[in-house]
Amino acid sequence: MDSLLPLAVAIPLLGAAGISALTPLFGNRRRVLDAVAILTAAAVTGLLVTIMLSTADGQRVYWFAGFTPSHGVALGIDFAVDQLNSGLAALTATLVTAALMFSWRYFERVASYYHALMLVFLAGMVGFCLTGDVFNLFVWFELMGVAAYALTAYRPEERGPIQGALNFAITNSVGAYFSLSGIGLIYGRTGALNMAQIGQAITGHRPDGLVVVAFVLILMGLLTKASIVPFHFWLADAHAVAPTPVCVLFSGVMVELGLYGIARVYWSMFGAGLGHQGAITAVLLALGTATAVVGALFCFRQRHLKRLLAFSTINHAGLFLIGIALLTPLGLTGAAVYVIGHGLVKAALFLCVGIVLHRLRSVNETTLHGRGRRLPVTGVVFGLAALALADLPPFALYLGAGWIGQSGDARELPWITAVIVTTSVLVGAAVLRVAGGVFYGLGDPPSEEPAMAEEASEESSETDTAKSRTPLSMIVPPIALVALALAVGLLPHLGELAQDGAVRFQDQAAYNATVLAGAHIAHPTALLGPEDTSVTTTDVVTGVGTAVASLVLALMALYWRRLPVLRRGFEPGTGLVGPIRRFQSGVVNDYVTWMVVGLACIGGALAFAIR
Amino acid sequence: MSIFPFIVVAWVLAVGLYGIITSRHLVHQIVCLIVVQSSTYILLLGVGYRTGAVAPYFYDIPPNTPAVDPVVQALALTDVVVEAAVTALLLAFAVQAHKRFGTLDPEELRQLQG
Repeated sequence: MDSLLPLAVAIPLLGAAGISALTPLFGNRRRVLDAVAILTAAAVTGLLVTIMLSTADGQRVYWFAGFTPSHGVALGIDFAVDQLNSGLAALTATLVTAALMFSWRYFERVASYYHALMLVFLAGMVGFCLTGDVFNLFVWFELMGVAAYALTAYRPEERGPIQGALNFAITNSVGAYFSLSGIGLIYGRTGALNMAQIGQAITGHRPDGLVVVAFVLILMGLLTKASIVPFHFWLADAHAVAPTPVCVLFSGVMVELGLYGIARVYWSMFGAGLGHQGAITAVLLALGTATAVVGALFCFRQRHLKRLLAFSTINHAGLFLIGIALLTPLGLTGAAVYVIGHGLVKAALFLCVGIVLHRLRSVNETTLHGRGRRLPVTGVVFGLAALALADLPPFALYLGAGWIGQSGDARELPWITAVIVTTSVLVGAAVLRVAGGVFYGLGDPPSEEPAMAEEASEESSETDTAKSRTPLSMIVPPIALVALALAVGLLPHLGELAQDGAVRFQDQAAYNATVLAGAHIAHPTALLGPEDTSVTTTDVVTGVGTAVASLVLALMALYWRRLPVLRRGFEPGTGLVGPIRRFQSGVVNDYVTWMVVGLACIGGALAFAIR
Repeated sequence: MSIFPFIVVAWVLAVGLYGIITSRHLVHQIVCLIVVQSSTYILLLGVGYRTGAVAPYFYDIPPNTPAVDPVVQALALTDVVVEAAVTALLLAFAVQAHKRFGTLDPEELRQLQG
């Protein structure tokens, strides 16, 4: 079983190479390339699900070229697989498969490098999940980065994609080089690149300045990828211009991989050595809360559908970071389940937007008003997914939100539930407003905003002409993804299974023993003691309440002209978030400035706390 | 090990970041990104340096001779490969930006906002 692990990255890489090689032979028969790509992604999905199921009784480790560690010194590179990272990798492969199926009819013509890039992107993301070596983590990070930059600029003949790809590539590269500097420093201190060995080397000493600096620097690249405020600016630009099937992957998993990286680096390397849980919780909670609030506010005022969903992703990234920041098994459990549910639902939402673009040739909420009535099935799927995003039970998301809130209560941070609920209501209302306005023609026809019209006029020709019907290969993937989100939410013992994975993830001693000494640890010891994961009435009531409040707020947003109070406070462009728009300037210089400011703040806060 | 290489690292990093932030030309900005990355090469090589040690080729020298750390050199080499890929892609974007926008000033690329 262990020897199957490297296949999870080898298969997509070979698939990509194969497609590149086959192109001259099958250049004009793209269905062959489509089929090879879909089959490759599906095979990887199957393999990763098998691997995930096999990790239930303990972690699995694979050493490349048989370089097993001797006397606790690891010279080789390993894949260390547990429930959480194999589950995330399986989600990645599932979404890539869905996106490729959607692309079957979505693109009129498609360049062969699209398939190759998608598979390289898949390999990069899976490798990032599975690796146990910190420099290897950086290499996979860059591999998925380069594939993602190229996919963002898939239509290089247009202006938007070029600008979006430049902003994306420069900000993420700067982040990655900060991370690499951190890796270099920690190597200088410990002489190791294997995460377990680094962890072992710095455990038991007082954390000194060098270790703290290395930790902060390594976080930089991951925070950028995870689009945490103030490192989040690239995300909306990249999402607005990337082809819709690619957005599915950006929002559904790539951002979450940044958060996974933070969790992995913390619990496999720094957790035990760094100490000072209180300070780390405080810094990460502040970042997560700021991200959740900023994402929700920007999301609510957006009229560009892809940007709206992008800001919703920023909001959720903040909520996931809050779950991780609590440093409890239940918080991580909640974040993991939330990530899976969100990935599936957000992917379905993006695919529905893709269908709208395919059929109606616009992603502007204002001009689309009521025109979605021609797409009844898409409307139902989009509406359901929007309700799921607003934490409606029994879709998986309400469980994640509930557990993060419960864990916050247990640590005497009851405001966390308030942050989750209020920001989820805002985001849910924004997406439900789109569902009601676009697909059901509810509300007053909105007035055109000049700035928005200009941007939407460039909106593009991913597909050449408006189509009269939706192909089956485009509507089935979103339906399947929503159904999957429902199935995950209804899974019996989901909480216990996920918390089992979270406890194992957080047990650094067990991780070290498994990786460095080949031990088999069936029952990891919990850091803080597992908490109750039974689904309480409170969870269900909170979830339903969030969804209902979102619906009410969505209706108010649709009919705001009839309510004088709102008419005054809510005028587009004048409200609370009007001036904030200027920060999202589209100029990469500003974004990098914010990154440096963020680095200074985080570094300063942690250096002050850990002296 | 002397502190001097690490001062150089911090200086090169700061200069590169300053360049990216203030640049008014995309090609200049991309070169500044390379400068930022160059700081990581110096850092890696500085971390592995040992005073008085030889290059880590044990072909014609006794096995116990002190040598500088070969691991960081491998890392720096990988880093160079990564940089080549990223830079090539970015410069291709810059060429396209010039074709589509008619300018290379990042502040004049005004397609995306809000």
